[in-house]
Amino acid sequence: MATEGERAKGVVMPAFGRMLWRHGGEPGMLIPLLQAAQDSYGYIPPLAIEQIAMATGIPASEIYGVITFYRQFRLRPLGRHVIRVCKGTACHVQGAEMICRTLEEELGIRQGETSEDGLFTFLEVACLGCCSLAPVVMIGEQAYGRLTPQGLRRVLRRFRRKPGGDA
Amino acid sequence: MQAVMIGLGSCGIATGGLAVQRRFRELLGPGDERVTLKETGCIGLCHREVLVEVVENGRRTLYGEVTPDRVDRIVADHLRGGRPVADWIVDREGLLAGQKRIVLRNCGEIDPSSIEEYRARNGYLALRKAVTAMTPGEVIDTVVDSGLRGRGGAGFPTGTKWRLARTARAGHKVVICNADEGDPGAFMDRSVLEGDPHSVLEGMAIAGYAIGAEEGIVYVRAEYPLAIRRLREATASALERGLLGPNLFDSGVSFSVRLKEGAGAFVCGEETALIASIEGRRGMPRVRPPFPTEAGLWSLPTCINNVETFANVPWILTHGAGAFRSFGTVDSKGTKVFALAGKVRRGGLVEVPMGTTIDEIVCGIGGGTVSGRPFKAIQMGGPSGGCIPASLGGTPIDYEQITATGAIMGSGGMVVMDDSTCMVDIARFFLHFTQDESCGKCTFCRIGTKRMLEILERICAGGGKPEDVNTLAELGEQIRTSSLCGLGQTAPNPVLTTLRYFHDEYEAHIRDRKCPARVCLALVEFGIDPDKCTGCGLCTQACEAGAISGRSKEVHRIDGSRCVRCGKCLTVCRSDAVRKG
Repeated sequence: MATEGERAKGVVMPAFGRMLWRHGGEPGMLIPLLQAAQDSYGYIPPLAIEQIAMATGIPASEIYGVITFYRQFRLRPLGRHVIRVCKGTACHVQGAEMICRTLEEELGIRQGETSEDGLFTFLEVACLGCCSLAPVVMIGEQAYGRLTPQGLRRVLRRFRRKPGGDA
Repeated sequence: MQAVMIGLGSCGIATGGLAVQRRFRELLGPGDERVTLKETGCIGLCHREVLVEVVENGRRTLYGEVTPDRVDRIVADHLRGGRPVADWIVDREGLLAGQKRIVLRNCGEIDPSSIEEYRARNGYLALRKAVTAMTPGEVIDTVVDSGLRGRGGAGFPTGTKWRLARTARAGHKVVICNADEGDPGAFMDRSVLEGDPHSVLEGMAIAGYAIGAEEGIVYVRAEYPLAIRRLREATASALERGLLGPNLFDSGVSFSVRLKEGAGAFVCGEETALIASIEGRRGMPRVRPPFPTEAGLWSLPTCINNVETFANVPWILTHGAGAFRSFGTVDSKGTKVFALAGKVRRGGLVEVPMGTTIDEIVCGIGGGTVSGRPFKAIQMGGPSGGCIPASLGGTPIDYEQITATGAIMGSGGMVVMDDSTCMVDIARFFLHFTQDESCGKCTFCRIGTKRMLEILERICAGGGKPEDVNTLAELGEQIRTSSLCGLGQTAPNPVLTTLRYFHDEYEAHIRDRKCPARVCLALVEFGIDPDKCTGCGLCTQACEAGAISGRSKEVHRIDGSRCVRCGKCLTVCRSDAVRKG
């Protein structure tokens, strides 16, 4: 992922640049190109949209339309810890709603937003696929299952105490 | 010679499977040649994860709920000492009773990253048989004869679809595997891709030969990183061994497969939207006809089938159409995989012959509810499906009979609900999902679902009006008949089925301002259990309405007239003393 400095300077990341150069002209490559941009930068910066528009000949407005259609794409960078709350059916019947409320309260942000200190991003996802552990929250790569609001608060405290690393 | 197989599907990993694997590595060390450590996919017994199987001289012992600490004893007693740890053994046969594994034949049995293990279980023999000993017409006839129908949910006969694609105009054709499994609460396709990717690739290659396509595309959700990795490994190793690629088995037939990652849009499970997405556009459905079998991807004849459908195909060619047809009902043949979840005791992946009843699945295989109380309903088919009440538990799994209840077979999500689940809330939940995922093309779907959702939210918040029930039914009917694609046509199903079977719950919300299941917070009374309250004061601090009072270390109480029912006290209490009544 790009550092702050590189983002500011508008550096084209090598992996994304390679992809643009190799496949820019092929039909149907828009979504893979956007995925490569997001992999490189952590989100899709305006610069990447310009680059893709130039390489593919697709107007920037149309690219923007595709970006906003799909849930995967982000136009803003993520926080250090990404919290994914599963909103699948199994989690819903086991109390995912209370988990979301607790998160909103603890972090002071709504789903899709990043906390002001840049520490947490709160996302709701359709299904994390570990329904037998419901309700489930994933922080980074680690899943936390059978959570209660109290349990979630405990987990968040651990992350706050060690802002730099993993809890 | 001993082998240790660790279940490392997404569910196993989420439960801590990687830590278990690490502990085994530490204890066994690199020099230990008597024991091989392997990975395998989902066995299906998700409620017992992490699962570890020890295989020695053909004898198999399955351990459940393995933690890194338990690994030490398994290694010391079983692997080194030859004495299995009886306390942790899972009765695999008992738990799998009543199931028939065709699609899941290899899941949890083989290392999915090893093409050799797949071949050792007759893998790629069906493809060889097809391209060397059968004509494309014979392959299609076999699939037609087997009675296989699309497992994505709609149940279109697979063989008929192949024949349409075969007889479409000649030239370049495409096979697409729809692995954009998006129903919340469904994880069948993911488990197959993670646990047995080659069976899907083989099925696609057979379809390619049958319809005359040399190119296959797997459209897979980007949210399934492990499935994508396994698919990549599998295509690479099949290509390396000549099981995919040019001139298969020296027959002159070619077939190659590439992956296309979805970008997170539920509507892309619809075939024309999926095609638009592969072409790099916004994934919006279009009018059919022309059907994809005539003009699909880049206007080429395109055959789209679901993961589970393809995984059935090699088995059918190997065992014959008759063997497949011997399972099931008059109109629905073979088996169906379900992701059993919700308030069920033994959740996981189950595969049952068609014709098995709902009761047999929920109460038999699933072991009833966690709470021990009777189940109230099951939800089938996700946001496109509906709720089937327990009174119809005798309904067999069969496309037509499930449709008759108002639900749909769907891709295989089955969520069990008991009396602590509010059916109005469930309807609201699914409508929120479809409303959010509606692509916005058709007015009825875009605006109609929004209006329905507003009404349901109002009912759950205690503002229901007597005429709401009729408005919901009327709107639902209009959305169903006036939308272009399956998403819109089926979006009202969760509401319409709950209206039909749980009318009294709507009445209770609207007329009595009560939520019988005590889920809708605005309709419950909060109270504090004096036996559990420790008087810590956390709830008093959290309550913005100033409704909670009580001295430090004494039992607190909630003033019902000031309570705004926000539920905050419920989330802060550490002694579980806040009660909903």
